[in-house]
This record gives sequence, C-alpha cells and structure tokens, in this order.
Amino acid sequence: MFIPMAVAIAEARMGKRGERFYSGRVPQLLERGFIVFRSSTWMIVLSGFVEPVLYLLSFGYGIGMLLPTIESGGESIKYAVFIAPALLATSAMNGAIYDSTMNVFFKLTHDRIYHGMLATSMGPLDVALGEIGWALLRGFSYASAFMVVVIPLGLIPSIWGILAIPAAVLIAFGFASCGMAITSYMKSFQQLEIVNMLLLPMFLFSGSFFPLSVFPQWLQFIANLLPLTHAINLVRGLCLGNINMALAGHAMYFVIMIICGLFFTTKRLNALFMK
Amino acid sequence: MSESLISARGLTKKFGDLVAVDGIDFDVSKGESFGLLGPNGAGKSTVMRMIGATSQRDAGVLTILGKDPDKHGPQIRAHLGVVPQQDNLDTELSVVENLYIYGRYFGLPRAFVKSKVEELVAFAQLEEKRNAKVQSLSGGMKRRLTIARALVSEPEILMLDEPTTGLDPQARHILWDRLFRLKEQGVTLVITTHFMDEAEQLCDRLIVMDKGKIMAEGSPSSLIKDYSTKEVLEVRFGSDRNQEVADSLRAMCQRIEELPDRFLMYTEDGESLLEKIYASGLHPKTSLVRRSSLEDVFLRLTGRTLIE
Repeated sequence: MFIPMAVAIAEARMGKRGERFYSGRVPQLLERGFIVFRSSTWMIVLSGFVEPVLYLLSFGYGIGMLLPTIESGGESIKYAVFIAPALLATSAMNGAIYDSTMNVFFKLTHDRIYHGMLATSMGPLDVALGEIGWALLRGFSYASAFMVVVIPLGLIPSIWGILAIPAAVLIAFGFASCGMAITSYMKSFQQLEIVNMLLLPMFLFSGSFFPLSVFPQWLQFIANLLPLTHAINLVRGLCLGNINMALAGHAMYFVIMIICGLFFTTKRLNALFMK
Repeated sequence: MSESLISARGLTKKFGDLVAVDGIDFDVSKGESFGLLGPNGAGKSTVMRMIGATSQRDAGVLTILGKDPDKHGPQIRAHLGVVPQQDNLDTELSVVENLYIYGRYFGLPRAFVKSKVEELVAFAQLEEKRNAKVQSLSGGMKRRLTIARALVSEPEILMLDEPTTGLDPQARHILWDRLFRLKEQGVTLVITTHFMDEAEQLCDRLIVMDKGKIMAEGSPSSLIKDYSTKEVLEVRFGSDRNQEVADSLRAMCQRIEELPDRFLMYTEDGESLLEKIYASGLHPKTSLVRRSSLEDVFLRLTGRTLIE
C-alpha cells in the first residue's frame, strides 16, 4: 500500500510525549521567519539594532560629558559603561515584545495564519516555540551586533561580559513567551496598546540611566518587581564582572517567566484552535 | 463494499447549550466525492473541523482511516488537505513561498517540496503570478492557491468548506474543473456547500443537514427522485393576487409550496399543468417549467429554502 510521505513522517512520531501538541517543527517555522525576513522584515530588524546605538551615543556622550563617572556596586565607572548593558537588555526586550505581540496578533486574528498552520500535522506548541524561537534569534543577533559596537569602545570592562549575549537570549525568551501568552488573550488591536503603555514606564524606572538607589524605598520596591529591572541587573552584573548569587536570582526570574508564558500560550492556542 | 475512510456514529458537538451537531451517522468511502448540503448554521463546518482533528467531539465515535482524531490529530491531519471557508494564506509570502512553506510544515524534505511546488503552480494556473504576494491575487486565484496548498502533502482526503462561496460564475467553473481532475486521480473529496448546483456537479453522494441533524442521504439524483417530482412549475401572480389564487392552484396539484413571491408546483409534467391553469381562467404573470433540483429536496425536507 502507498503511504504518502507526510503520513509516514507523522506516524514516526506516534507514541512520543505530547504528540498531540508538538511535532518537532520549530526549524520549519524559523524557515518561514527567514523567508519573510529576506523580503520585508529586515527593516524592522535593522531599526531594532540602531535604536540602542543611538541611545548610547546620545545619553552616553551627552550625559557622560556632564557626569563623567557614576557610582555602581561600590566603584565608580564611566557613565557610558553604566548604561550600555541596560540598553542591551532593553533592546532584547523590545525585539521580543514586538515579535510576540504585534506580529503574533496579526497572524492570529487578522490573517488567520495560525489556522492554516494548525491544519497541517503540526501542533500548537510547534507554533508557540517557532514564534518564540524567532524572537530569540533576533535577541541573539541584536545582542551580538551591539557587542561588536561597544566592546571596541571599551564599554565592557569584564570578560564575563561575553555572557551578556546568552543572557540577552534568556531575557528575550522570557519576554517573548509572556508576550505571546498575553497576546493570545487579546481581542482587539486597542488592547494590545496596553502592552506598549507598560513598556515605556518600565524602561524609565528600571535603572537604565541611573542607579535605583536614588529612588525612595517604596519606588525601589516596585522597580524590583519589574522584569526589566532584573534583566538590566543581570546584564550589568555580567558586563561589569560583579559575579554573585544575585545574578542567579535574576536569571531565575526569567526561567519562571518562560515556563509560565509557554504554559499559557500552549493552553490558549489549544483552546483557540482545538475547540 | 468499498473501504470506509471516514466513519461517524452518533457524532455530537455542543457549544454551551447549542447542539451544533446532533448525533449523526455517516460513512465516506475511498475515492468518493461526499457532500454536506445545508443552510448556514446547519453544522456542516463543525463536522468538517471534527474530521480535520481541529475540534473535539462531545459524544459518539469518529474514525478517520481507522484512527481517532482526539488521540492522533497530527497523524490524521497528515492524511488531509484542508481548504477552509475563509482563506488563510500567508499574506507575508508569495505564491510559491506559500506552497513551499506549507509543505515544510508537514515535515516534508526541501527537495520533495520544491518539485511539488512546480507541479502545483501549474495545477492552480498561477504560473504568471508565481512570485506575486497573496494580496494581489483575485478571489478565484486565492481559492485555487488554497486548494493547491492543501495538495502539497499529497493527501488522500481533500476537505473543502464552501469552496466557491463568493466567486463569480467563471471562477467557479475553473475551480470545479480542477476538483474534477482530482476526483479522477482518486482523491476522496468531502465538500460542504449551500449551493445545490455545486452539490449536483461535484458530489456522488451527499447528506442533507439542518439544525445539526441529517435529513436525508443519497446521490443527488436519487434524492431528487425520492423527495421531489420530475418537474417543477413556478408561477407568479404578483404579491397582491397570490392569496386569492392559492386555493384554486392547490386543487390542481398534489404538492405545492408557497414562497413569498411565487408558487412552486410539483408535478410529473409541468407544461400540461400550466395549460390546466390557463384553462381554469387563471393568468400567471410569469411561469417557468424546470427540472427538480436539490433545492426542492431541501424545501420538502425542512420547509425552508437553502439560501435565505
């Protein structure tokens, strides 16, 4: 009897764990990302890289002239050295949020692209991981490109700073999986604006441009709940070579974000498409 | 008896209090072209989604190629080509990219998909548009691309949900031609439609659905034979006079349906019935003798028209 190749491929996965939700097709979804990137999204990616560099030039140079050094972790460092890790963490967040909110929302509701994807032998977890995987690739390339700019400028004093690249990927993973989970519950484009409304204050109050210690206690407490604060502390700790247990705590914050985000995304996609 | 690809027994689906599909039984055999005919809201699309393993049933038994869609969704979907009611082509990609990536979603190797794409571009008659983005295609082209996309995995069963809704007559005929070719190649077609002419053209056998239940089952010609007469005489007297003549018309014919604008008179010989009406002194404004269609079957079964 003739067995179509697509069937043979699907049957080979029978009995595997979570076979109803996952078919191992993340590379295929990334392939789609590359095809789209080639033709259209490279502009968005480019702007995502340029943004932190512009911030660094403007603030690093501008404020750096007025404020040659700043106290951080008991030592005084150049202002540009202080903000460079924060800009890296923030760009990882922004890229991941863009990919997992706007982009996902359109495919989910407007173009119904996921409906088409899930009519194949893929499952909802493939789609979730594929989209998030794309956000991670972007996070990785932003972080690497940014490093290529800042290392020659002498803005990364410690060799540990190289770990800021995997840290940026972890941060992107956390934001992308939560972003996608939130987006999957959104009904309209206007609701999506809420996400953007939260991003700006988070950027301003997470210790990007000055140490959190300048804030009163209560504001410090709030700032310490925000994910971006943990992202910045993690990347900054690595770049400055302040290696301690607190870094593991910051990383843990993102591991929990990833687990929660993936859980709700898969659950929601399953409810949306398998009802 | 040929091999049964799809088999449903007591298939039921509820959405809250609404029973969308109410305990239906049917079988689809290999190579058959099977239709689900019914008005909007009859439960056709829900049945399609349950077969397509993207909707879980609430009760009953459903097997597709011997497997349970609730347990083996990916394996069943690998056998199916799905053409949804609403196009969901990837708008960020071109025609060939859409076909290519869809094949990849099934896990098929690149080289296999690439040669398949060339074949499908020709099948969908989209050679000139191969590198065009999806938005620039006409409705008929999008539909053909969606069908071609569903074929990329070489499915044994092609599921078409309202394949020609919203298309102009010419585009519909091109599409029907493509579907005939697939049928000739032995692909099993499962089609939902609320167009009776489409059902008559494409389906070997169909079930007539209304409110989640099966009202009748059979080939288009046997359904017409069983539930209608050979011919139908349609007469119009104008809305103000219809009421006056209703009783006299009823006396002349065994079965008569009164629609808002006209009477449908079911008879074996339309011309002689029309003569009888004239002979009785009644003069309809317009009259038409035609053969019975599935529309008449539906009207008989439900007391309603298909398209309201």
